[in-house]
Amino acid sequence: MDFLKDPVAFIAKVLSDLLAAFLPAPVVSVLLLIVGVVVVASFSLVLPLFLIWFERRVVGYMQDRLGPNRVGPEGLLQTIADAIKLMIKEDITPYGADKVVYNISPVLAVIAVISMWAVVPFAHNIIGTDLNVGALYIVSVGSLGTLAIMLGGWASNNKYALLGAFRTVAQLVSYEVPMILSLLVPVLLARSMGLNDIVKAQDVWFIFLAPVAAFIFFTTSVAEVGRTPFDLLEAESEIVAGFHIEYSGMKFGMFFVAEFLHAFTVGALTAVLFLGGWRGPGAETYPLLGVVYFMIKAFGGYFFVILMRAALPRIRIDHMLDLNWKFLTPLALGAIVVIALADKAMEPWLQTLQPGIAPWARGGVLLLANLLLVLVTYLLLSNSARRMRRAAERGASGGDGAGHHDEHHEEAPAAPAHGEAHTAPAH
Amino acid sequence: MTALQIIFLIAAAATLISGLMVVTARNLVHAALWLIAALFSVAILFVLLEAGFLAAVQVVLYIGAIAILIIFAIMLTRRVMQDTGPQTNQQWWVGAIIAVALFAALFVVLQQVVYPEVTTAIPPDSLKALGNSFVDPNQYMLPFELASVLLLAAMIGAIAVAGDKK
Repeated sequence: MDFLKDPVAFIAKVLSDLLAAFLPAPVVSVLLLIVGVVVVASFSLVLPLFLIWFERRVVGYMQDRLGPNRVGPEGLLQTIADAIKLMIKEDITPYGADKVVYNISPVLAVIAVISMWAVVPFAHNIIGTDLNVGALYIVSVGSLGTLAIMLGGWASNNKYALLGAFRTVAQLVSYEVPMILSLLVPVLLARSMGLNDIVKAQDVWFIFLAPVAAFIFFTTSVAEVGRTPFDLLEAESEIVAGFHIEYSGMKFGMFFVAEFLHAFTVGALTAVLFLGGWRGPGAETYPLLGVVYFMIKAFGGYFFVILMRAALPRIRIDHMLDLNWKFLTPLALGAIVVIALADKAMEPWLQTLQPGIAPWARGGVLLLANLLLVLVTYLLLSNSARRMRRAAERGASGGDGAGHHDEHHEEAPAAPAHGEAHTAPAH
Repeated sequence: MTALQIIFLIAAAATLISGLMVVTARNLVHAALWLIAALFSVAILFVLLEAGFLAAVQVVLYIGAIAILIIFAIMLTRRVMQDTGPQTNQQWWVGAIIAVALFAALFVVLQQVVYPEVTTAIPPDSLKALGNSFVDPNQYMLPFELASVLLLAAMIGAIAVAGDKK
């Protein structure tokens, strides 16, 4: 029964009783911490073995083919075979590469993703460490991943890798802005940056209170992973493989693992921030049930990432920047202002309601506020689209056909020019 | 010596060594990487002081934004891989004198400080107190708002400088 109520504390007690017989107390507590770190890190390192199989099968199904189904039951062991293949491949360091940086980069990429799992709450008492700045911590270790990709691209001594690194900065640094802004919304609603507190505050899931922020967070997180439709950093048809073009063997494997784990982490973070994390019937009394709920929600989010990958084409680079700076960032700023004002304004009114109804009333009002925001955004967007269309028509009827071209260039920021400008001197 | 002191010594040594490497590394990107290492060690020092918020902000701002911007600027402006050169110019001795003088001044001043001993534990809601103090007129609201206006002005200025001239 004790195990069912609080499994981590139970296991920790059993272990410490076992070790206390022949080790001093401080050493035991340090050892227990190390065991905890190893358990969380190994969990998140072994998970991609399953994720890669899962994703290949789902994408295969969507594209009307089979996917891996030969090695092991339903092809489950295919990833292990692939991993062994990667490990025994020749490890190549390109001529002129910066050896130290070249080797650090894949390690850093994996570290950045695994570190995120330190603050993810699996259940109300199963959590690596309940930091009171959890949301900020997620952002800060996420930026290490950007650094890893940049360094890998730079150290490879390859112009395509370097182009991938340039695109990385353009994309990942830009999309960090609306991601952090949308991350602020659940923090505002929960009045806390601790991820466990955010989960506990979700009497009504935050996706209903802040659908706009949830949408922005999910989209920008997918862009942070660099997945289709945002896979510009490794666009095969344009820059061969981008930043990891020179990596082979397990070093490439580490980038691969980091990407898949990061994609799943996006699902997990969306579940924690917007889908109520481990919450569900009976999760308070039986934490293991909470783990099940959390994993189901996380896989739901991850499934959406896969669907996006299988269904959408790659976004063009100027559209990618436009989408970020002209749509997601202003929308995120608007969402913060609307939510903060609405939530604060109705606080006195909520206190007059019965405690059972208050969260639902709050949810209803905030949902309405969000719908209003969506409506205003839609009107603004359709208005500007109409104006662009008119300008294009005027240009076309003018006979020279340059109107459309000019319009396009005005809209596009310097990005495409950037990309082209650097192709030449990179020789 | 407690475990805390050992970790502090390691982190402090890492900060100093990486700081030294920043100014002595021949390759500009390596210097930027050592800068990241130095900033990260400072974040560890913040963690040791139980200032988790400062540590996270240190990593977000200095590594996630500033260091990446520095590396990006180096990549864009210099010849990418063969970028090595002398670490110093003819003003190195001025810099050395200023550094030594600053160290001496700090050393003398810090010797005289009587450090108050904190006996109570840090309250768990110190982060909330920090947030409240930023918007409390009796505490730091004015400097906080001034900094916000300054940042906004800088941002508008950057857009004005970089934007298309029409």
